[in-house]
Amino acid sequence: MALPVYASPLERVWYFSRLTICALIFLFLISPILVIIPLSFNAEPYFTFTEKMLAFDPEGYSLRWYDLLLTQPGVPTDVPRDAAWWGQVWREAAWVNAAKNSVIIGFFSTIVATVLGTVAALGLSRAEMPYRKAVMAILISPMIVPIIITATGLFFFYSNPCSLLTWTGLAADSCGRLAGTYTGIVLAHATLGIPFVIITVTATLSGFDHSLTRAAASLGANPTTTFFKVTMPLILPGVISGALFAFVTSFDEVVVVLFVAAHDQQTIPRQMWNGIREQISPAILSVATILVIVSIGLLATVELLRRRSDRLRGVTGV
Amino acid sequence: MADLSAAPAALLTTADGRPLKAALARAQQQAKRRAFLLVLPLLAFIVVTFVLPIGQMLHQSIYNDKFSANMPRLVAWFESTEPGTVPDEAAYEALALDIRDAAVARTIGEVGTRVNYEYSGTRSLFTSSGRKFRSLEPPYKEAVLEAEPKWADPAIWATMRQVAPAYSTNFFLAAIDMTRNEKHEIVAVAEDRQIYVTLFKRTFFMAALITVACLILAYPVAHLLATLPLKWSNLLMILVLLPFWTSLLVRTTSWMVLLQQQGVINNTLVALGIIGDDGRISMMYNQTGTIIAMTHILLPFMILPLYSVMRPIPPSYVRAARSLGASSWTAFRRVYLPQTLPGIGAGSLLVFILAVGYYITPALVGGADGQLISNLIAFHMTNSLNWSLAAALAAILLGVVLVLYWLYDKLVGIDNLKLG
Repeated sequence: MALPVYASPLERVWYFSRLTICALIFLFLISPILVIIPLSFNAEPYFTFTEKMLAFDPEGYSLRWYDLLLTQPGVPTDVPRDAAWWGQVWREAAWVNAAKNSVIIGFFSTIVATVLGTVAALGLSRAEMPYRKAVMAILISPMIVPIIITATGLFFFYSNPCSLLTWTGLAADSCGRLAGTYTGIVLAHATLGIPFVIITVTATLSGFDHSLTRAAASLGANPTTTFFKVTMPLILPGVISGALFAFVTSFDEVVVVLFVAAHDQQTIPRQMWNGIREQISPAILSVATILVIVSIGLLATVELLRRRSDRLRGVTGV
Repeated sequence: MADLSAAPAALLTTADGRPLKAALARAQQQAKRRAFLLVLPLLAFIVVTFVLPIGQMLHQSIYNDKFSANMPRLVAWFESTEPGTVPDEAAYEALALDIRDAAVARTIGEVGTRVNYEYSGTRSLFTSSGRKFRSLEPPYKEAVLEAEPKWADPAIWATMRQVAPAYSTNFFLAAIDMTRNEKHEIVAVAEDRQIYVTLFKRTFFMAALITVACLILAYPVAHLLATLPLKWSNLLMILVLLPFWTSLLVRTTSWMVLLQQQGVINNTLVALGIIGDDGRISMMYNQTGTIIAMTHILLPFMILPLYSVMRPIPPSYVRAARSLGASSWTAFRRVYLPQTLPGIGAGSLLVFILAVGYYITPALVGGADGQLISNLIAFHMTNSLNWSLAAALAAILLGVVLVLYWLYDKLVGIDNLKLG
């Protein structure tokens, strides 16, 4: 939006003030995320920049809050950090255990969401799909319905899954328990991640040339071979983006976990939630910093995939 | 000639001799079935893990058997008599025996809680009666009134009659600050106890305010991104997408760090001498905090749809308007703005839908007056344990969101939902 030569002085002033406004809005978008990174290295238990930090005095900075993540609640801090110590950290540190839980739950819910979502997206992107709009609306709805409503519904469902499942005839008497189980959380997180997989994969498939699959079929490939040899390589960037979205959704989800998980099923967001509600300690900021770095990595991956996908689909100019 | 004109119907067959029309219909039917079979597993999954649980929640909002399951004799008496009947000996007998049984089964507290939702202060009457009614002898009316004179209150009998059926709309009435009086008429609750309608109004007002704030902030940014060369706009787009990818809790935490009384913004203002040390602004644990943090969190949802609408608008349109004599304001208002209306609609609806149901950010930075309806649902689920009221509030919220979702689908189409 370069300034045209015929612009009047007033327009020039407006042009530059508009640029300034945009810069301020970008600052508003990004500064809250960047400000916590230096604060997580604070040597003092404050949430603001100390004078030593502003003077770039090394004494103003420390790794003590990161250390806390490894040692809370009962790992000794004053012993040599050998293999046995790291083993104890791996087994006992609360944040490490929460991270393990989050990764496990995220991994399995991503698998469920991606497999089911990709297969369904293949069906949804066919022109023959009956009731396409209605089905799509149902499949996207977990993203739109407020999370508290989903959590409330799941709370009732999980506290007595038998009643509903017997009523629908899907399971007889032995349907087990879902509240406080990992299966329950994985199923719930998969549900929340599915809309993202559907959206990204159908978007990728919208540029997909269906004559390619017909060509494969005419050359004698069966549908499975066609899918893995022709379709999959072309839509893979979209599938991976969707999977990353699903993983992030699970990795960041706290409300459903609060409602249906057992007390000892800690995840990173739940630990953060408790930490913020009770007494916010700078240890939260060090976790937040780690999460920001993880999200930068994920964003970079998704952007690279998107460009690759655009290139494969022949969209130019990127 | 006559032969040829009669022939086509017979000629159009497939290689194996079937009529082409039938074969085509069959093939299409097959293709339909195949497409549907691909979607079916996911549809079944979503129905079981999402649609049915929400159905169960809706059921909970009109169903509560805490009274009817534990007080069978009294329920039978209520069913056999007209509303307003003065409780007789049979009624007191049913009451005494039901309370005794419920006390033995340790469910008397649930019964008391259920009645307490409609008529507060009565829970203790049930629990204390549970202790006293262990060894009552007929005639029951005198014995009950001697043990606990409060049972003579007609209001409590009217309330019990109301809660006796397992199915009732009372929780929905409670969710809109209504109740039934002794004559079974629907009336508004006392003014000092009206909280839910106010909270719904506040939720919609704050969601609208956040939507407008997002629109004002997003429009210039989206315009800048749409008019810059792609190389630059892709770079700047990272600044929009990074918050989008960052954990919600992280973003909320950083706003807490920034907005605290001893936080970065207040400290900076004090250091610059703009405000005094005693004049620190309280921007957190109130509505201001909720609005600032939620505007930041929802801003990308406004920028992305606006950007995708603005990008394809050719700059020559505005230039043409200018060359025909329009001022830059007129050119913007009459030429550019109308073309961006679909983006404004899409972004505003999406942000409003997401803001209305927000829970985490208001819970953490909202304080007392920054709470939204979701927070009250959570409160009734986890603290007051009035699940049916929570379900009724959730059902109303769900209704609003679904109407907006339907509108979004009509105007924008869910196919056009984009994630960066």
